Amino acid sequence: MLFIADRFKRTALEVQEYVRLVAAAFRASFSRPWYRYDIVEQFDAIGVQSLTVVLLTGFFTGAVLALQGGLTLDQFGARPVVGRLVSASMIKNLGPVLTGLMLCGRVGSGIAAELGSMVVTDQINALRALGTDPIRKLVVPRILAGILMAPVLTVVADFVGIVGGWIVARFQLQVPTGLYWSSILRGLYMQDVWMGLLKPFALGFVIVSVACHVGLRTTGGTQGVGKATTKAVVIGSVGVIAMDFFLTRIMISLWY
Amino acid sequence: MVQTAASTTTELQAQRDAQEPVVTFEHVQLAFDDKVVLKDISFSLLSGHTKIILGASGSGKSITLKIIAGLLRADAGAITVNGQRVDQLAERELMSVRADLGMIFQEGALFDSLTVRENVGYKLYEETDMPIEEVDRRVEEILGFIGISEHIDKMPSELSGGQRRRVAIARAMAFRPSILLYDEATTGLDPITATTVDDEIIKLRDIEHVTSLLVTHQLRDAFYVATHMGSRSANGDVDIVPATPEKERETEFIMLRDGLICFEGDADALRRSTDPYIRTFLS
Repeated sequence: MLFIADRFKRTALEVQEYVRLVAAAFRASFSRPWYRYDIVEQFDAIGVQSLTVVLLTGFFTGAVLALQGGLTLDQFGARPVVGRLVSASMIKNLGPVLTGLMLCGRVGSGIAAELGSMVVTDQINALRALGTDPIRKLVVPRILAGILMAPVLTVVADFVGIVGGWIVARFQLQVPTGLYWSSILRGLYMQDVWMGLLKPFALGFVIVSVACHVGLRTTGGTQGVGKATTKAVVIGSVGVIAMDFFLTRIMISLWY
Repeated sequence: MVQTAASTTTELQAQRDAQEPVVTFEHVQLAFDDKVVLKDISFSLLSGHTKIILGASGSGKSITLKIIAGLLRADAGAITVNGQRVDQLAERELMSVRADLGMIFQEGALFDSLTVRENVGYKLYEETDMPIEEVDRRVEEILGFIGISEHIDKMPSELSGGQRRRVAIARAMAFRPSILLYDEATTGLDPITATTVDDEIIKLRDIEHVTSLLVTHQLRDAFYVATHMGSRSANGDVDIVPATPEKERETEFIMLRDGLICFEGDADALRRSTDPYIRTFLS
């Protein structure tokens, strides 16, 4: 019983500290000083450097969707609408979620490890002693980059996914190119596009803010850094999938 | 005549300042859950003087420094730095206190991704409006003073332990604070390298007139700093020579034990102490 109470208290404390970090980062985003160089650096680290993994993930996901979807659609004689299936799946859900999960693995783990190492080697304390607010210097640039680069990467993932689906549809399923692309255009609604574009803002925020929180709360030396990295990926991944569900539910009730 | 009166007034002011405590600790207490680290700690540090905090591992030495810099909050008690109540200031307000306070962390705590130049000039580059050329000049000047100019473009990972500590001292000194806090600045270094770091501490204290607070369990280094002084020779170099009795008295030792101060006095009094715990510590 004591163990459960203790566990509950620790979870409540973590949530409280997470909310405090997010609130402090929000306040810091709208007041000076801004560390412009760090913001640009994080846009590169989180956005540009994640491009390869997102391209590959998006491409193969679209390709396998077309492959599997083609088999199922054949049962109903609906192979020509495979493009619609690929695009709807990619744009509405798989694009944002898979990009989020990839970012979580690549960026979330990196942030947690970097900040965790800085904590255990007293670099965060050194920053504070030198008059720098670590939230402004380290957290705000990462959160901004996460929020703004996740949608960009998602659009890229969606596009290459659809291209991957087209390659499979054209050369494996023998669906004519014109039919593939026209089925995409006919089957896609503006609500789908909005859903696919808005979700990544929230997912990017969740991934990066969780990683920053976990990294800055690291204790226990190098072993602690390893644990923090794992924790950031696990919490971030679950957060991405849970957030995707709730956002989808809200958007469906609003727009469909 | 007027000039003489003015200079006398300035000297008197300087003497008064020297007698003013720049750091005070009054009945400070701190515990982590059930573990009491500081039970009731009180001391003060006069301007230009040195205080050396000794104690076994886990006795709360480093924590004392972190409380002074506002990096940790005490549970009770009053802490002042240059007359400001550190324990009552918010993080944002603490920045003004830290503007006159440098801290050297265990292992240096240099920023891995920055070069020595960027580490040393960090505060000036990032937190001030000083022109880049001026910052560069200051960085070169302080690295020259510390004697590691040749490493200016190296990354911290390319430096030895002693060089890292000296870069950390340079970083803490770059913005000319009047108080320096040294957290185990020589721990883990061989005696020769440790002496070079000790010499830097002495030089900063006696040439730059920095008030110093040292935390260590390296008795050799503690006594070396207490019993030596820096003086400029005719050619401008700084020589490290045995301290005069007056200078020795400007350095005080504090020994922490079980969250309390079990000894406070100068090097001579520490050597003559008959307290069994201190005797064991010194042996």
